[in-house]
Amino acid sequence: MALDEYQKRDFKIIGTTPVRPDGVDKVTGRAQYGADFYLPGMLVGKMLRSPHAHARIKSIDVSAAKALPGVKAVVTGADFPATAKGDTLDVQEHCLANGVALYDGHAVAAVAAVDANVAKQALKLIKVDYEILPHVTNIEDAIKPDAPIVQAGRRGRHVPEGYSDNCTGWCEFGHGDLEAGFAKADKIITRTFKTSSTHQGYIEPNACLANMGADGRADMWCCTQGHFQVRNLCAQIMDMDQSALRVTASEIGGGFGGKTTVFIEPVALLLSQKAGLPVKLVMTRDEVFKASGPTVASMTDVRIGMTNDGKITAGDALIRYEGGAWPNSTIFPGAQSAFASYDLEAVRAQGLNTLTNRPLQAAYRAPGAPQSTYAVEAVVDELCEVLGLDPIDVRLKNAAQKGTKSSYGPTYDDIGLIQLLEAAKAHPHYSAPLGPNQGRGISNGFWFNFGGETSVSLALNFDGTITLVEGNPDIGGSRAAMSMMAAEELGIAYEKVRTIVADTASLGHNEVTHGSRVTFAVGLATIKAARAAKAEMCRRAAKIWGIDADAVVWEDGFAKPAGANAGEHDPMPIEKIAADSPRTGGPIVGHHEVTADGAGVSFGVHICDIEVDPETGFTKVLRYTVLQDAGKAIHPDYVEGQMQGGAVQGIGWALNEEYIYGEDGRLQNAGFLDYRIPVASDLPKIDTVILEIPNPGHPYGVRGVGETGIVPPLAAISNAMSRTIGVRMAELPMSPPRVLKAIKEKG
Amino acid sequence: MVMVTVWGSLRAFTDDRAAVEVEASTFKEVLDALSRDYPGLQVQIKAGVSMAIDGVIYKDAWFTPIRPDSEVVLMPLMVGG
Repeated sequence: MALDEYQKRDFKIIGTTPVRPDGVDKVTGRAQYGADFYLPGMLVGKMLRSPHAHARIKSIDVSAAKALPGVKAVVTGADFPATAKGDTLDVQEHCLANGVALYDGHAVAAVAAVDANVAKQALKLIKVDYEILPHVTNIEDAIKPDAPIVQAGRRGRHVPEGYSDNCTGWCEFGHGDLEAGFAKADKIITRTFKTSSTHQGYIEPNACLANMGADGRADMWCCTQGHFQVRNLCAQIMDMDQSALRVTASEIGGGFGGKTTVFIEPVALLLSQKAGLPVKLVMTRDEVFKASGPTVASMTDVRIGMTNDGKITAGDALIRYEGGAWPNSTIFPGAQSAFASYDLEAVRAQGLNTLTNRPLQAAYRAPGAPQSTYAVEAVVDELCEVLGLDPIDVRLKNAAQKGTKSSYGPTYDDIGLIQLLEAAKAHPHYSAPLGPNQGRGISNGFWFNFGGETSVSLALNFDGTITLVEGNPDIGGSRAAMSMMAAEELGIAYEKVRTIVADTASLGHNEVTHGSRVTFAVGLATIKAARAAKAEMCRRAAKIWGIDADAVVWEDGFAKPAGANAGEHDPMPIEKIAADSPRTGGPIVGHHEVTADGAGVSFGVHICDIEVDPETGFTKVLRYTVLQDAGKAIHPDYVEGQMQGGAVQGIGWALNEEYIYGEDGRLQNAGFLDYRIPVASDLPKIDTVILEIPNPGHPYGVRGVGETGIVPPLAAISNAMSRTIGVRMAELPMSPPRVLKAIKEKG
Repeated sequence: MVMVTVWGSLRAFTDDRAAVEVEASTFKEVLDALSRDYPGLQVQIKAGVSMAIDGVIYKDAWFTPIRPDSEVVLMPLMVGG
């Protein structure tokens, strides 16, 4: 990927806020989500789940269930082809246990029946003989040398001595002489912080419809962040050719990283194969909490040294994550992100991942970064408090900028953290007065962003309109953004472009919608596909005019002759070129395929005011401001929505959300009544400030914006809490009972 | 020759060196040279890595050219949510 992609230009459509193309369908109920697909003869699938946190499955007797009238198929993990390996085998066994149930809610069998009642009856007839095994569900116990072992043979090869065999991963990043750095400090603070496992909280439960034919070819409709990934995983698990499975993504009711893998889709295919009929599987809310993929829980030790005038001399962190019963790699970005906002001479971040008897974690917006950033930003804030320094001034004094060697290795190119901090300091929010029991916190945040494999096709219809075909489910407004970029490049109206999300048989592979990649990577491919179409349209006009193609230019939706030898010709509109295309060479299509790199890292700064009720410990968020570098905001309303959404999810993580496991290893709060996500009435309007520091790796300067917004809130609220109640709380969520306890213990 | 920085937990396979010099002029040549000269890195490279070249993070970009004075940093494979 060239780094000279960006070219400064004036835009006509980019930066405006046209109506979203999916809006009418969504408010009228016409939009089709995962559970909205029906086929003739369709069966209902249901799954039987383990009531134990850890148990050997001695036997499963499905004979009575199979004999129940209306039951068309019953499957267990042993029915999958024994061909999946490595990470894919882990995914398969997370979907359906094979020999051992590894967490409360782990599926052990599934049925397909003519209706939901029959399916539920059949589940009750399945007899599972369990041998209960010791379990462990928290980090502190899981890493001890004598901990119950979740899965043998999974110890990471880098894991230091002294940790249990549950520890699957160890990493270390950093540079410089730590002890020399700490020796220069006037003040050193060391603390341990904990965060709970949280769920992405998407409103739409996971759902899919699978239809396997007698010839072994199959179709699937599902809600997912990446239907190409669904196809590839399912094909591996089911031992199918990828071309034998076509997957269509539905509209999606939220994903936030949680729908980047599969939980039920291979099971639906297996049931459909056995039954010879289509099978729909829809998770209940209880199942979503218990058996999809929440984020990692964490326990982090942080040590930071600072001089009296606010210079950070050294930073050190040991970050421990648990991500359920299979290995995962979230500890890597967690450790890489911890100190990424700072320009440090001496820094180290060590990371440890451990298995627990919980569901396998899945990505959640900037996976791993909020937890480690919370711990670092809380200690920086405490140093500011102790030394009597302004928290923004200190961050400005230590901020990473162009030329900084990052804490994870590379040297930064153009980044916008200094500009964000200066904008935060100048924002009226930062100097607004506070009342009794109120406090203000700020925090930095960082995220990498990502590119990945991308394929786009742009077709010119005979009336001059455009059909743009992309392969990433629209989670945050990508259809609008792609239509805008295509229209900008072609010089036509936004309304003339319709962007659709194609199935897996219609395009080359498209990486999952994750890593804040779509507006960057699919946008880049869209612009290049449009440029390819423009070049062909210029060639067609040149043929009609009888001149060389390089004597034709494209401006504002017209081919125009250019140059001394081009001759006199009236500009030719896109509509005429389109109408004539059958006679000038055939349909006109631009396409572009790329593994996009150069996504450009992103920073955010959040300011938060809270008020705490000293009688109850209840925390109200009074005012919240998000400042973030978007590179170039294609559709500013959507960018603002991403920034606000990240902040809201972070607020929930900080104040209320947590997975609560009992002594028996079972999840105690698998529902939205007991797992409290913030709703609109809990929140003030989230104010946003979009900065635009162009990304050199994108033609329009775009950076991803979807994830950075969830990184700072944990620390911003924690820092506000400390300044409100005078106690540095070190565990999330800061729910009312915990806040009240902290206030009372302070006295 | 280019200097390649590896992250801390991989130093066990590079004779405890934070950076190693290899003969390479592209992304893929760096990986091939690291696998050849430091066999202990093969497991991680096979599992997947990204590479930052002059501050830009690349994934599987085999033919990306690398100059002798480029800053090259081996990184874990990037994912997101």
